[in-house]
Amino acid sequence: MGKEMRIVLRNADKIDPNSIDDYIKAGGYRALEKALGMERKALIEEVKKANLRGRGGAGFNAGMKWSFVPPAEVTYVVCNLDEGEPGTYKDRTIVQKDPHTLLEGMAICGHAINSQKGYIYCRGEYPYVVEHLNRAIDQARRKGVLGNFDIEVRMGGGAYVCGEETALIESIEGHRGEPRFKPPFPGVAGLWAEPTVVNNVETFANLPEILNRGSEWFKAIGAASYPGTKVLTLTGDVVNRVAIEVPTDTTIRQVIYEFGGGIRNGKKFKAVQIGGTSGGFIPESLLDTPIDFDSMRGIGATLGTGAVLVMDETRDIVDIVTRIAKFFEHESCGKCNPCREGTFRNFEIMTKINRGMAAVQDVEKMSLLCKVMQKACLCGLGQAAPGPIVTTLQHFRHEYERKLLA
Amino acid sequence: MANYKDIIGAFRDKPGGIIEAYHALQKEFNYIPKPAIAEAAKVFGVSEAQAYGVATFYSYLSTEPRGKYIIRVCESAPCHIAGADQVVKAIEKELGIKTGETTADGKFTFELTECIGQCQETPVITINSVPYVGITPDDIPAVLDKCR
Repeated sequence: MGKEMRIVLRNADKIDPNSIDDYIKAGGYRALEKALGMERKALIEEVKKANLRGRGGAGFNAGMKWSFVPPAEVTYVVCNLDEGEPGTYKDRTIVQKDPHTLLEGMAICGHAINSQKGYIYCRGEYPYVVEHLNRAIDQARRKGVLGNFDIEVRMGGGAYVCGEETALIESIEGHRGEPRFKPPFPGVAGLWAEPTVVNNVETFANLPEILNRGSEWFKAIGAASYPGTKVLTLTGDVVNRVAIEVPTDTTIRQVIYEFGGGIRNGKKFKAVQIGGTSGGFIPESLLDTPIDFDSMRGIGATLGTGAVLVMDETRDIVDIVTRIAKFFEHESCGKCNPCREGTFRNFEIMTKINRGMAAVQDVEKMSLLCKVMQKACLCGLGQAAPGPIVTTLQHFRHEYERKLLA
Repeated sequence: MANYKDIIGAFRDKPGGIIEAYHALQKEFNYIPKPAIAEAAKVFGVSEAQAYGVATFYSYLSTEPRGKYIIRVCESAPCHIAGADQVVKAIEKELGIKTGETTADGKFTFELTECIGQCQETPVITINSVPYVGITPDDIPAVLDKCR
């Protein structure tokens, strides 16, 4: 089995996640202390230099995002723990195994943007994680380690779209979780119209070690354009269905065969979908691609959340993509027309193909619709929804053709 | 049983707290009763239509009465390829209801859900939000018996 490199999960299974003392003994909250001793600008510069890019899927330089926040009396730090992307359980794993690394990361960001209040938006399906976090926050408050920064947990309600940062903000404000038009970006006008930084759990969890060891150390790990590690969650027809943390220059093949132990039941590999349910399907011929953001984009796929869904030779690609199309039809919030109608029609056409009742013209119509959605949808949900259809038509077209009417 | 007005009132001073109030209501009643939506509208200073709009936007919240035990099966791709369909059939057979329905004795409600983040061992079901992983159709009678 390949060797992991653990930054985010450095304390996992080594300390008692319910004990702040354990975390402190393992060197916890020292990075925050260091950060508090730094000028805000210098702190942001250090994070920017590390080139820590957003681990939620968008891959934006975190320090750069922070630098957009103008001087203001009230600013907010928001942590995205909505984790609704199917096949993903990394943020839950990080928080369950080491909640204080998240709290410390958020407080570091709090100092950088002069914020006194952080929110963790945790999905409604994780009530046990909410309890776990509240316990950790209580401990941190009593120890006084967070200084004048306070953190509150808010629960989502099972809406996938709330993983989109402006929809998430709408939800914290107590509204329907429909994305906003951008600009203005949250960095300028976010939660309650105040400057707000929204980052994913894994992004925040990287910060303590970046501060402890320095941006040069971090920058040297993994792929040059997307340095550091990535937590991946393996699911599907792979032997080891586990969460792993690996440098970003690890290849997909290494992930599946060295860390995942290969395909279950001695079967052959057919496809892997990476990044969650909107991710591209990747065939055998592209398995030597490194998992970093830009390499994945280079093959028309995504790194996304780091979900790795492995499918063996017996899997019916068209059936799986039909199921995925149903997911998007269900999760589209309905605010913009291209997504609301597009996800509906895609599911309709995929169902028709899957039942053997479609002709080649249907596939052509769907391809055109996918192009329109990728360009015209308001938010990332709609823009990414066609990904599985487009990439399977590209790499597994024969599976569609087999089901088409002559 | 706690009064819905008291439950909502506890979140009065929380900005944007209507969704937190809905979660608390649902914890108590297993759904959000209609009069509670009207009350929440008043407390949080929005129209009843808006309060209803929020309650119905989120699939984890329900505005219809539900059973004591809410059984949900994940049907997202990782669970789908692991045979979630068969688990759905087994539950329907065991409870004698279809998805979206509640048993006549008010004990069980059966729903489908999208990913609940336990994909390390699929398929996954939840009973009142507690996950049960790696469930096969054969496991269903025993798992449901625990609630009976």
